[in-house]
Amino acid sequence: MIDLVIVGAGPAGLGAAISAAEYGLEVCVLDEFVKPGGRLLGQLHEEPDGKWVNGIAEAQKLYYRALQLGVKIKCGVSVYDIAKLESGWCVYTTDQIYETECLLLATGASETPIPVPGWTLPGVMSIGAAQVMGNVHRVKPGEKGIIIGVNVLSVAIARELQLCGVHIESILLPQSSFVSGDSAHPEKMMESLLRLTHLAPSPLIRFGGKWVNPKIGARLYPRNGFKMWGIPIQLRKTALEILGEYQVEGVRIADISATGEVVPGTEKVLSADFVCIAGGLTPMSELASVAGCSFRYIPELGGHIPIHNECMQTNLKGLYVAGNITGVESAKVARAQGTVAGLSVARELHAIKQRADEIIDIAKKEVIDTRRNALIQFQAGIEREREELYDKGNNVFEEKISV
Amino acid sequence: MNSMRVTDHPILGTLENKKQVTITFDDVPYPAFEGDTIASALLASGVRTLRHQEDKGTPRGIYCNIGHCFECRVRVNGKNTVRACLTPVEGDMRIESGGEL
Ligand SMILES: Cc1cc2nc3c(=O)[nH]c(=O)nc-3n(C[C@H](O)[C@H](O)[C@H](O)COP(=O)(O)OP(=O)(O)OC[C@H]3O[C@@H](n4cnc5c(N)ncnc54)[C@H](O)[C@@H]3O)c2cc1C
Ligand code: FES
Repeated sequence: MIDLVIVGAGPAGLGAAISAAEYGLEVCVLDEFVKPGGRLLGQLHEEPDGKWVNGIAEAQKLYYRALQLGVKIKCGVSVYDIAKLESGWCVYTTDQIYETECLLLATGASETPIPVPGWTLPGVMSIGAAQVMGNVHRVKPGEKGIIIGVNVLSVAIARELQLCGVHIESILLPQSSFVSGDSAHPEKMMESLLRLTHLAPSPLIRFGGKWVNPKIGARLYPRNGFKMWGIPIQLRKTALEILGEYQVEGVRIADISATGEVVPGTEKVLSADFVCIAGGLTPMSELASVAGCSFRYIPELGGHIPIHNECMQTNLKGLYVAGNITGVESAKVARAQGTVAGLSVARELHAIKQRADEIIDIAKKEVIDTRRNALIQFQAGIEREREELYDKGNNVFEEKISV
Repeated sequence: MNSMRVTDHPILGTLENKKQVTITFDDVPYPAFEGDTIASALLASGVRTLRHQEDKGTPRGIYCNIGHCFECRVRVNGKNTVRACLTPVEGDMRIESGGEL
């Protein structure tokens, strides 16, 4: 029986593999993608000091460190079921069945689709699909694109696509009838964009970040939008339909009011050879629910979250979670959570001989510090919601989990 | 190879000389780089339609590109329901689009 099987070779999974292996555990990481690194692979960010963070290089560092420590990493393997054994867990994969003492789910997040009419046409893809095509596979998703959905991720990826030599014609909103929630609401979207202002070279949005409140921002907002890196961000335009016979040829759009209603008589067609849909991220927690974890719905963390404590233990013995499955945050936070999970497993298996609690406390603090310094805040209120979750969680865990 | 490739990137650098292999999609040969997925290799050659929907015959291509949605399913060397976005190319790989039933 293996000490620890990890599902997902993203920053959380690899971070956990490294910290567990450093205490001598036998660790095996499984991932269905072609390369290790998870969604970190596609990322490319400019830090405030002007340095670029290249996700591929970051992922490679984690991968090599894990290999050095003897971690087994298998790519191209999908995990489709897990089951509790008398002691430990059984993991069913497309490759073989694994038995393990402890199991960590680090499956990350998935994108929420927005069913805009015409969205099944070839050339329509999720915003993350375009990111992976351009930055990881180094193939342009198309020459001229339109992005439906304005959020921190879509604006950041628009910039990355531009660096790949792709022209982004417009980033605009979906229609309110296609989505639930705020993604069709100009005022709400203004609010979410303001969390990105420190990344923006555009004086208009920086200006906005300083002292325009979102309500006024959306009302004063110029009908033709403003530009970031030369890309038009159009919070007062909406996509009605994606057009094309065999593949994408364009998008029918219209003006909308500050509260999202279509202004009659303003329809027109923009041409494009690809369209990205950016509906936001939600934790990918199917395996946790198959295992029988308890869940809580926390919108600030992106949706249904398997209940866990600050040591990343779920309410089932030997089952841990880390990274975006516990709430949508940036890659550095995921990695820091992974470290905590790996150490917690090492403690459960008595591999940390001395000062285990102290070591884990330091790692937990690192998660909080990393969160506070994160460049991209996906939602407001993450820290508050986490604190509440862990306060409540700790009571549940004292009874159920004995370490 | 052609204009859909991001050969030079201001931050990620220039693509090193990658080994080229040939795959066939519905009996047409296409060039691919080692390390490509089926989906990325075909898109690099401008191929977006990977199959036709079983019911209505409408064309479909990739959607998520990371294995979640199964929109990209094709037949590879006789095996059904293979995700083009997760499958690395190999020399002489025979890929077929799923068609209308
Ligand atoms: C499309 C997309 C784009 C993103 N872009 C950014 C960005 O630009 N900046 C940013 O800060 N954050 C971004 N994020 C957030 C991102 O999730 C975090 O930055 C970080 O990568 C989360 O790390 P993780 O280890 O939790 O999960 P991930 O990095 O997502 O890794 C999870 C891994 O688990 C694997 N996996 C999942 N289920 C299974 C299974 N059943 N069997 C086998 N393997 C499985 C996946 O293949 C994946 O490699 C993005 C997320 C997505 C989904
Ligand atoms: S495109 Fe979604 S699974 Fe391949």
